[in-house]
Amino acid sequence: MTKTVTDVICPFCGTLCDDLEVVVSKDGKNLLEVYNACAIGAEKFLQSQAKDRHTRPRMRQEDGSWKEISYDEAIEYTAKMLADAKKPLMYGWSSTNCEAQAVGSEIGEYVGAVMDNTATVCHGTSLIAVQDIGIPSCTLGEVKNRADRILFWGCNPAHAHPRHMSRYSIFPRGFFTGKGHTGRKMIVVDPRVTDTARIADVHLQIEQGRDYELLDALRVAFKGEQLPDVVAGIPKEKIYEVAETLKSGRFAIIFFGMGVTQSLGKNHNIDAAIAVTRDLNEYTKAAIMPMRGHYNVTGSGQVWGWQFGFPFAVDLSRGFARYNPGETTSNDLLRRGEVDAVFVLGSDPGAHFPFSSVKKIYGLPSVAVEPHETPTTEVCKVHVPVAFVGIEVGGCAYRMDNVPIETRKVVDAPEGMMTDEEFLTHVLARVKEIKGV
Amino acid sequence: MTEYLIKNGFVFDPVLGIRGDVTDIAIKGDKIVETDAVKNPRVIDATGKTVMAGGVDVHAHVAGPKVNIGRNFRPEDKLFNTRPGRGVERMQGGFSVPTTIRTGYNYARMGYTTVMEAAMPPLYARHTHEEMRDTPIIDQGAFPVFGNNWFVLEYLKNNEIDNAAAYIAWLLRATKGYAVKVVNPGGTEAWGWGLNCENVHDPVPYFDITPAQIVRGLIEANEYLGLPHSMHIHANNLGNPGNYTTTLDTFKLSEGVKPRGRFGRDQVMHHTHVQFHSYGGDSWGNMDSKADKIMDYVNSHDNITIDMGQVTLDETTTMTADGPFEHHLTELNHLKWANADVELETAAGVVPYVYSPNIKVCAIQWCIGLELALLAKDPMRVFMTTDHPNAGPFIRYPRIMKWLMSQEAREQQLDAFKHKDKVIDATHIAGIDRELDLYEIAQMTRAGSAKALGISDICGGLAPGLTADVAVFDFNPNEPYVPDDIEKAFGDAEHLFKTGVHVINGHEIVSNGNKRTLWVNARVHENPQVVRDVKEKFLRYYTVTLNNYEVHGHHYVPNPYVIEVDATQ
Repeated sequence: MTKTVTDVICPFCGTLCDDLEVVVSKDGKNLLEVYNACAIGAEKFLQSQAKDRHTRPRMRQEDGSWKEISYDEAIEYTAKMLADAKKPLMYGWSSTNCEAQAVGSEIGEYVGAVMDNTATVCHGTSLIAVQDIGIPSCTLGEVKNRADRILFWGCNPAHAHPRHMSRYSIFPRGFFTGKGHTGRKMIVVDPRVTDTARIADVHLQIEQGRDYELLDALRVAFKGEQLPDVVAGIPKEKIYEVAETLKSGRFAIIFFGMGVTQSLGKNHNIDAAIAVTRDLNEYTKAAIMPMRGHYNVTGSGQVWGWQFGFPFAVDLSRGFARYNPGETTSNDLLRRGEVDAVFVLGSDPGAHFPFSSVKKIYGLPSVAVEPHETPTTEVCKVHVPVAFVGIEVGGCAYRMDNVPIETRKVVDAPEGMMTDEEFLTHVLARVKEIKGV
Repeated sequence: MTEYLIKNGFVFDPVLGIRGDVTDIAIKGDKIVETDAVKNPRVIDATGKTVMAGGVDVHAHVAGPKVNIGRNFRPEDKLFNTRPGRGVERMQGGFSVPTTIRTGYNYARMGYTTVMEAAMPPLYARHTHEEMRDTPIIDQGAFPVFGNNWFVLEYLKNNEIDNAAAYIAWLLRATKGYAVKVVNPGGTEAWGWGLNCENVHDPVPYFDITPAQIVRGLIEANEYLGLPHSMHIHANNLGNPGNYTTTLDTFKLSEGVKPRGRFGRDQVMHHTHVQFHSYGGDSWGNMDSKADKIMDYVNSHDNITIDMGQVTLDETTTMTADGPFEHHLTELNHLKWANADVELETAAGVVPYVYSPNIKVCAIQWCIGLELALLAKDPMRVFMTTDHPNAGPFIRYPRIMKWLMSQEAREQQLDAFKHKDKVIDATHIAGIDRELDLYEIAQMTRAGSAKALGISDICGGLAPGLTADVAVFDFNPNEPYVPDDIEKAFGDAEHLFKTGVHVINGHEIVSNGNKRTLWVNARVHENPQVVRDVKEKFLRYYTVTLNNYEVHGHHYVPNPYVIEVDATQ
């Protein structure tokens, strides 16, 4: 006998699909099948059932081998490491729930940590641009119900956010968009012919690193001013045509990804993209939205926003919240050797940070709280496996459009495993004891 | 149960009708009690000090998605004002959009204990509740916005008041909301297409309904349910020269409707931040004050309450569900602009703004806000707000008290305006010599706002049986003082009790209190039509499923105070 859990939220990407159906055994201990999810999402659910999964913390020994330790020992190590450090880095926070993020912030306050999330190597540049120029945006339902001009810039949802186009942006029939994709014009700007670009009405195959120029050219074209014959590898006729397409829509939306946030120009590219959106609002309605990666990276920016006032790179080491990207961002701190302990939760910097940063993590007291075995757990001194948020424990997560959704628990975690929040709550209590507060 | 006796203070309490007499106030557990009901109380000596009930803010933007946009997109708002944690206090930062932690502490320092978040987008209810949960000390409730909601537009187009009411009851429960908020009715839906509704008869694109129909229908639905608070509106045409006629047209939509329900309020419409809605003229060049016309109407109609929306002459962060207005504002001041449209429900915009005393329009706005309060015949119906942070941060309430209580303070400010003569020509303030007393201030900030919110049986006064929210200020009204003494004393409470917990002792915050979230659970007859419509809209147009929409208590509302309403009778 099995039972089916409906309205399950997928804890993988920022699309945060909430219509999954998961079949579990009657005793709620085994997860059997996943419906409605994309291949990546389904795999995340199924993988939680792996028999060789770590279920207890382990500590690296001098000879490089691992020794299983108890959660109590892991809590003690973590609390002592954080409390003894002068300036610990507490990084990640994107693949966990807001409940855990809130407890983490409190620990950060007591130990004077630098709190940083995965935006630091992803959409942190977008957040900086928003601080420069603002951001006219909307929820994904507005796109579904109204948008007839869809522009993907430097992102590839066909692979990175696989259900984005079918749920929100291209194919759905919404209230004012009854014709579905046939009523929408889809434009993709990407130097590669991606699977997203293949289904676009227009693909602007831009020269790599020339995003700023093309964005500016669009602004010129909106005003009908003169352009050079070719900008960023795109003939001017094409640019005028795309500008006209965007202006003539009823509702235009720009989605952008790492192809434009982490390439040459960084936050300045996003400044220009937002300026394009502002300009479009002179002619029609337009919005712009970052394609956030982790399913709750947005949430960690929100939690820190209301607790500290900044969405990432928050330095609490002076006793109050400070924010100065370039100085208080993880890679800058690591590479300059400015932190003396590293705590990672809900992210994999081992796989995504430059090698020079990862080497620094390897040389420091370090803890990785992470359900999987990852490159990060390989370089840390202690690995604390935890229950999967959104599978084995619920909790709040924020979609890429900042809409908060409460994820669900569908199966029990292996016996005796802690959740992120439980582990952090114990660490917080121990830190307070050590600090005498 | 812990007992306290606050002895020998000058008490100002409109609920008991005490106008500064020396009286003792007793607290037992979480309630105010008769002074002979306490046996062995801790005595707080309030000799020579002012004692009032905890303040009740009827309208402020302190929690939720647009507030957090304001925080995250303005790092400059945290410059030079961060404060390390110490004692029970956590780290704090921010001026016009403070962190939630600072929000709670700053309200407490002013002696406020209840604050209403004025606009909650229903789809973002979880976010709003998460922020309120992390706001220490103060009790809070949040108003979901209804004025551009597709269900409401469709029901009211056909004048289906009972369906609208059933939907309101459902949404209040789903979002754990407190009251029916309306922002730029119809205009924000029009903003979905970059358009607006500029007066009460300007039809909403596609939906074929006018703002007047929306407002009238929501008033009727609100009274059909008999909710604690009335419909709470930010009307069309905010912030434009000549808009006072739209405001009067909106007021008139309340005519002939009587309040229903058991909560003791007299109004059926609360119009918020009326300062932004009282402009004459037809351009920024000739814009002038129509506060007199507005107050003529308010003074002669008992079923309306208003709040000021007082401009405080600061650099601040404007934020409103009036999406088209914020776009208009960014075109005006060319500062950064955030917009957040919400499917089927509402929108929001955020733009920083500098209210400079050197700009004539800002100075006129400053005058208009004060005129509204000074021309009020009944301070129980006109409340002090800054529409925080839109006209200025709430931490300026003590300064506004100073302006209201002292003509000398007003003249000092008028003299400091660069365009003083033009400002005086365009306003009425120079001819007003009224100085409010602390009793009237207590009406505008405590008794009146609590009554309008339908919580006068809970807070807003010092009568035995009410919640023990009591503030003691270091201010002797019988001794000579200069205006600045008012601002200083009322911005820094010496003692504060919140639900009987001693939160501030000797000006120091000593407890993070026992924060509660107020929400309204209205019971209506089963309505299959609305159930069907809700299912259909979620299936076809929302991007979350119906089962993932409702806010559940445990995490988001850990300490609820539920007000039950039975509309089945």
